[in-house]
Amino acid sequence: MSAKIDRSWLAESHTFPRPVIREIQRAAREGIYDIRGFGAKRRLPTFDDLLLLGASMSRYPLEGYRERCETRVVLGTRYAENPVTIETPVTIAGMSFGALSAQAKEALGRGASEVGTSTTTGDGGMTAEERRHSNLLVYQYLPSRYGMNPDDLRAADAIEIVVGQGAKPGGGGMLLGQKITERVAGMRNLPEGIDQRSACRHPDWTGPDDLEIKIQELREITDWKVPIYTKVGASRPFYDVQLAVKAGADVVVVDGMQGGTAATQEVFIEHVGIPTLPATRLAVEALKEAGVHREVQLIVSGGIRSGADVAKALALGADAVSIGTAALIAMGDNSPELEEQYNAIGSSAGYYDDYQEGRDPSGISTQDLDLGKRLDPETAGRLVANYLRCLTLETQTLARAAGKSDVRNLEPEDLVALTVEAAAMARVPLAGTAWVPGAVK
Amino acid sequence: MRPNHGGESARRQNGEALRFDLKDSPVRELNRALHERGAEGRSIRVANPGGKHNVAVGARFRGEVFIDGHVGYYCAGMNQNAAIVVNGNAGPGLAENMMSGQVRVKGDASQYGGATAHGGLLVIEGNAAARCGISMKGADIVVGGSIGHLSAFMAQSGRLVVCGDAGDALGDSIYEARIYLRGKAAGLGADCIEKPMEASHREELAYLLDQAELGGMKAGDFRRFGSARQLYHFQIDHLGAY
Repeated sequence: MSAKIDRSWLAESHTFPRPVIREIQRAAREGIYDIRGFGAKRRLPTFDDLLLLGASMSRYPLEGYRERCETRVVLGTRYAENPVTIETPVTIAGMSFGALSAQAKEALGRGASEVGTSTTTGDGGMTAEERRHSNLLVYQYLPSRYGMNPDDLRAADAIEIVVGQGAKPGGGGMLLGQKITERVAGMRNLPEGIDQRSACRHPDWTGPDDLEIKIQELREITDWKVPIYTKVGASRPFYDVQLAVKAGADVVVVDGMQGGTAATQEVFIEHVGIPTLPATRLAVEALKEAGVHREVQLIVSGGIRSGADVAKALALGADAVSIGTAALIAMGDNSPELEEQYNAIGSSAGYYDDYQEGRDPSGISTQDLDLGKRLDPETAGRLVANYLRCLTLETQTLARAAGKSDVRNLEPEDLVALTVEAAAMARVPLAGTAWVPGAVK
Repeated sequence: MRPNHGGESARRQNGEALRFDLKDSPVRELNRALHERGAEGRSIRVANPGGKHNVAVGARFRGEVFIDGHVGYYCAGMNQNAAIVVNGNAGPGLAENMMSGQVRVKGDASQYGGATAHGGLLVIEGNAAARCGISMKGADIVVGGSIGHLSAFMAQSGRLVVCGDAGDALGDSIYEARIYLRGKAAGLGADCIEKPMEASHREELAYLLDQAELGGMKAGDFRRFGSARQLYHFQIDHLGAY
């Protein structure tokens, strides 16, 4: 029997705490970086560090439930013949069939359609199920071009050229062999069961001048009908957004580093890119400087969870947001009800992030046909719709309290920051002061 | 900018070929015409392409298209059905993501020729620059001359035939595509190796050379390259190969 240890005398290193020791020893055993799903888990400045200023004497609020507060947003008004109208400023982000089960993709389409918003394909192409169940479907045009064909391009309501992703700006995709089933391999034209690596750069263009010609090609092929979005991972959003505008994008999507992934190196997820909060402000500044704010719409994503996040992103100047991880959680990902099943695969509800393994007991991030059947697309679709409605109501509640008849009338003047760092990143005053750190007069 | 839809650059001559003159008009009208499948056996003639980008993209037209001059980026991009002939040189991204049909360039082609092409036959009678057949997904590409570096990078399936030489890093990270090379490669990319030419391969190659109508080429003069399949699953012992 070992002697009882008085832990109050033990000092844990800040440089080498137990999780770091565990990771070093894992790396020594396995000789390869850790790969996982989900998004950044480290503490970051977020929209939680901002507060909205409700109306009082100097501004008057709108009556909840009685006075209208518009949530409709039209995307792609710059060049497209048929812009996309969404009834709520919350869209579903791109997630692939392959990363997600067919049931999960169908559920996302059903949920989004029920509330009048769009969902998005992912690396690997468009499935018939998601097209059938999505009234508004955005087709991602990715470096890998897996499953890319002009018929699907023309069947889409919008096209999103993916330059980068918040979880890994500058990185390509990967889908490990466990999830490359016969159907996934067939869609991607790859041997079954191999570890699939997607390219990090597009194969036939580099740089904004080429992108301009590429956008024109896609417009020509689709007869100038559908909007063309350009999605960038947040690293240098001010320049990236201006270059996307110059290249002719109708809509720019900026994905902050909290954005989720199906499988990426841990070191990439946690150490590359910038958070959604400063990325939003920089993207809006870029659009304003280019004189196209509101003409070119801005969608931001990465760590959006509540109507408060939505309202704050809109107040900073975004036109809409996208959700990915939160939509999966709405469907049951990481649910405490699955605790025993998470334990059985060495994890726990609230911590599960091994989407790359394909053993997800919720039936969401898997290609295992039996696991996939655990997710009923109708029920899960309803959960997504409910969650989207809740986000919309929360956003409206906050906008009405600030006296706005349209959620997009929220403005930076409605915000203050709780921390100096958030004040500097959002360029709004520290609460109780007129101090905007970093602002140049 | 939104193209000018006005103006009529197309006209028929002798009730046969539909003709487009791109000298003073955008590519919009031509492309719109090519998006209609039309009756088989019809033809379109394009004059003065002047190096314009996106000439004949997204075609579904089931006939022949003759482009008399040089073209810029993405000519014949995403082609379906059409048989397109460029009587000149082609810029980057020629026949990118082609699905079916045939594209023939009488001169040389710039980089990314046949990138991600899923099907059909691309013939470049001259030389092709870097990254020819990058990420190809089932198409056949036949090059009469030589190709640049990093060609057939991550090529997934289909066949790339090169009658001249290849630049460095040929077939880097190749999957199941097959490369037939008549000349020399400056170097092979990661996981690309020479493989034996069996009778079935000579037969396949002879068929492709015949389809390409290049003439004077013998299947027996070519060597075959493809994937060693050592990088299909990540292993730390292969780290030096990446």
